[in-house]
Amino acid sequence: MTQDELQALTVNKSVDARGTACPGPLLEAKKAIGTIGSGEIMEVLSADEGTKRDIPKWANKKGHEYLGTVEESGFFKIYLKKG
Amino acid sequence: MENIEKNIKELQEKVARLEKGTEDQLSMVLFSGDLDKLLAAMIIATGATAMDMKVKLFFTFWATTALRDKTKKAKSKDFMSKMFGSMLPKGTSKLKLSKMNMGGIGKSMLKSLMKKKNVASLDELFKTAAELGVEINVCEMSMDLMGINKEELIDYPNLNICGVATFLVDAEESKIQLFI
Repeated sequence: MTQDELQALTVNKSVDARGTACPGPLLEAKKAIGTIGSGEIMEVLSADEGTKRDIPKWANKKGHEYLGTVEESGFFKIYLKKG
Repeated sequence: MENIEKNIKELQEKVARLEKGTEDQLSMVLFSGDLDKLLAAMIIATGATAMDMKVKLFFTFWATTALRDKTKKAKSKDFMSKMFGSMLPKGTSKLKLSKMNMGGIGKSMLKSLMKKKNVASLDELFKTAAELGVEINVCEMSMDLMGINKEELIDYPNLNICGVATFLVDAEESKIQLFI
């Protein structure tokens, strides 16, 4: 997905994990994905650079689709579709 | 024809056995009583739960000191155990760094950096681990050697006192085994 497409997504659940370092964002993402249905979109906000690689890896293992990452100033927005 | 059916049945049994063999489980031996190593171990442990892995920790030797609750008092210890127990760190706040501890200066520096960078403290990691169902097994023999009593351990929902067999069985069923 392009950056514009990602920005235009309707997000069903947004998780702000900017206040935590590893493994915080991962744990918050795990908790939050349980609250949405299959096919719904979740965004994870993280200030932790490692999360950018971690979340796609985790999503792949758990059968969720990684849609892409948008870089904002000082943090990342990572988009997933629940599998 | 009969042979093929027999072969299929045997194969099915084999597959079932293999599938049962290793679970999505992480077994870790926590041997070190160094703050930094325990932090790393607990980050891996809590992270693994996000992967839906069962996590089983086996605390032995120096690591058992991290499970002492500084507010609790142990009863009925013999003299040597009392001596040894009093020399060992009492709980997470008394642990040292494996490197650059510098009489506690290095440790305070790390702690303030962790706070600044939003890294969870060891106590917070234990709390998270408890919420996520991480199992803690404590080596009975180590506790005995270190002069640590059951009554002085932290309140943790999933804590058992056990022996090496528990670890071995857990490790055998696990996809990942680590020693820290």
